Amino acid sequence: MTDPLFYQGTEDYIVSSDLQNSVNISVALKRPLLIKGEPGTGKTVLAESIARSLGLNLIIWNIKSTTKAQDGLYVYDTVQRLYDSQFGDQNVSNIKQYIKLGKLGEAFEANERVVLLIDEIDKADLEFPNDLLWELDVMNFYIPETGETISSKHRPIVIITSNAEKELPDAFLRRCIFHYIDFPDQTMMEEIVHVHFPDLENQLLAEALKAFYWLRSITGLQKKPSTSELLDWVQALTIGGIEPAKIAQEIPFLGALLKKNQDFDLTLRQLHTRGTEAPSRAKRGW
Amino acid sequence: MYTNFFYALRREGVPVSITEWMTLMEALSVGLAESSLSGFYYLARAILVKSESHFDQYDLAFQTYFQGLETPEQLLDQVSQWMENPLPPKMFSEEERNELLKKLGLPDWESLKAALEERLRTQDGAHHGGGNWIGTGGTSPFGHSGFHPGGVRIGGESYGQSAVKVAAERNYRDYRSDETLGVRQFEVALRKLRQFSTRLDGVKDQLDLEDTIDETCKNAGRLKLVWTRPRKNSVKVIVLMDVGGSMTPYANICSQLFSAVHKSSHFKDLKFYYFHNCLYDLLYLDASNNPKKAVKTEDILRSLNSDYKVIIIGDAAMAPSELMMSDGNIYWGIGNEEPGITWLERVAKKFPYNVWLNPLPEKYWERVHGSQTLKIVRDMFPMFELTLEGLDRAIKKLMVRK
Repeated sequence: MTDPLFYQGTEDYIVSSDLQNSVNISVALKRPLLIKGEPGTGKTVLAESIARSLGLNLIIWNIKSTTKAQDGLYVYDTVQRLYDSQFGDQNVSNIKQYIKLGKLGEAFEANERVVLLIDEIDKADLEFPNDLLWELDVMNFYIPETGETISSKHRPIVIITSNAEKELPDAFLRRCIFHYIDFPDQTMMEEIVHVHFPDLENQLLAEALKAFYWLRSITGLQKKPSTSELLDWVQALTIGGIEPAKIAQEIPFLGALLKKNQDFDLTLRQLHTRGTEAPSRAKRGW
Repeated sequence: MYTNFFYALRREGVPVSITEWMTLMEALSVGLAESSLSGFYYLARAILVKSESHFDQYDLAFQTYFQGLETPEQLLDQVSQWMENPLPPKMFSEEERNELLKKLGLPDWESLKAALEERLRTQDGAHHGGGNWIGTGGTSPFGHSGFHPGGVRIGGESYGQSAVKVAAERNYRDYRSDETLGVRQFEVALRKLRQFSTRLDGVKDQLDLEDTIDETCKNAGRLKLVWTRPRKNSVKVIVLMDVGGSMTPYANICSQLFSAVHKSSHFKDLKFYYFHNCLYDLLYLDASNNPKKAVKTEDILRSLNSDYKVIIIGDAAMAPSELMMSDGNIYWGIGNEEPGITWLERVAKKFPYNVWLNPLPEKYWERVHGSQTLKIVRDMFPMFELTLEGLDRAIKKLMVRK
């Protein structure tokens, strides 16, 4: 690959080879990378990892339900200007000092290439992504108040995450590279946990993962536990000094993994029936 | 090249556009597929497919198009012997690549496959650094550590699985949107049901720029701020749900819709009532249809404004008497002076924004037992299937006056 920027993951973020590929494809083609996946699969952390791995600064634009596309470009602080004009302690004829660049504007103005994370784009209004089409395509925008055009000095690497709360418009999707983060399998999960808890006993980890994947396999859970919950739970287990043998049987600190009442009841029921089965299986083992 | 793959994708229902296809061609021309089929699999998927619900269709199309790629085992063994003692990976510069690209062009898959088969038959030993035989470090389409704009990598650095095998696993079957239908998707659909308005109660905490300017001017240039209320959803909804009897088979989908409606916190007001088979003078507050827990339909019609949007869920299939006759109510002992149809007419007249969602698939509407009443109801209310698509269409209908 001729592009000097080549992402290979970082020490504290385990990345699958196809995700790594997708990142490099989007960098090489200069197109935004759209990341989707279950909550807790590390969508947001990916941007941090990319920035660190490539040695670039990271600009995060958190999207809320009230965010408008304009907010990312610039805000013209008219009220401040009005106030200043009333009290006359500043020269208000220079509009420029009342133009505050948004996150996208900041990324364009940066003196070196940056990574721009547009986090949870689906939280905003349905039309939000469409309003950004032009800016993300040509990487510049016009400020009518000052007659200035802000263009990117170095095309930022744009990472967009989505939780699929809303369908994104087709026109927007056409311009993106898409990657769906799969839920990590057991071997990969082991690596991930190891990165966070390097001193963890192997037996404890194996038992915890067994219980964790069993939990995820229960049908009818409203919210399956995710990676971040597993990490919390493993921490709770180590602090609590739980015997590895007990983990799969009793699943202590279940509250760290499950967040819904109904899920709790369902799991306890399943755990109970499984508990009565277990001895018979042991007998067969003789 | 690969153009048939484009059509194979569209046949499977992956909405690929020309823009995305051109992007893929651009990516191939700068060598992003790393001259391997698995590289191509992931590259094309990242560029062409924009939703995990289409991954499965993509896998199917890929499988059909690149079928027969899996090389027979023993041939593979033989070829890997030729590939031992490879040349060091040859680095091709940008110019060299472009030149080669011009010279060799991108071959189409069919002829590539045929050529590989032929080479496998006729090649007698190891060939490295060349441009024709299977080997390493050259510009032959077959081998590894070399460069060919559209070749097949054999051995060398690998993902451990051939792309066709990955495709054949169909790991994304569960994500297909036409097979799963859950609360969440209903919720997303319901979210489209909204109408923003500032004419509501609430705290005035947003600056009204227009009015501020006006007022400031009137105030001889001294700043006067005017605040306004933020825009909020003003949609009010009444849901009427048929329960029991012929609706029992659809209990699951109805309960999903039920939870979706209740989770949708963005409505200004939501009323939920139950009925059995047809609307009469009482609407029930819970699914038990207990007359002690009921409200008069008349009261609803009187007390609620006609800007409420009405969603009725039911199969609309019943005995004609239940709809057309007085005392047609299926419950013994609960007489009704006026026939069900009168009540339906009143609801339709009072609330002009209305739809009827029918859990019965549309293709049975003409033939089902009770199709007679279904047709009458259908003439009165715009009727849609209770599926994600039907709900979408129903909501579009709800946003405009009938």
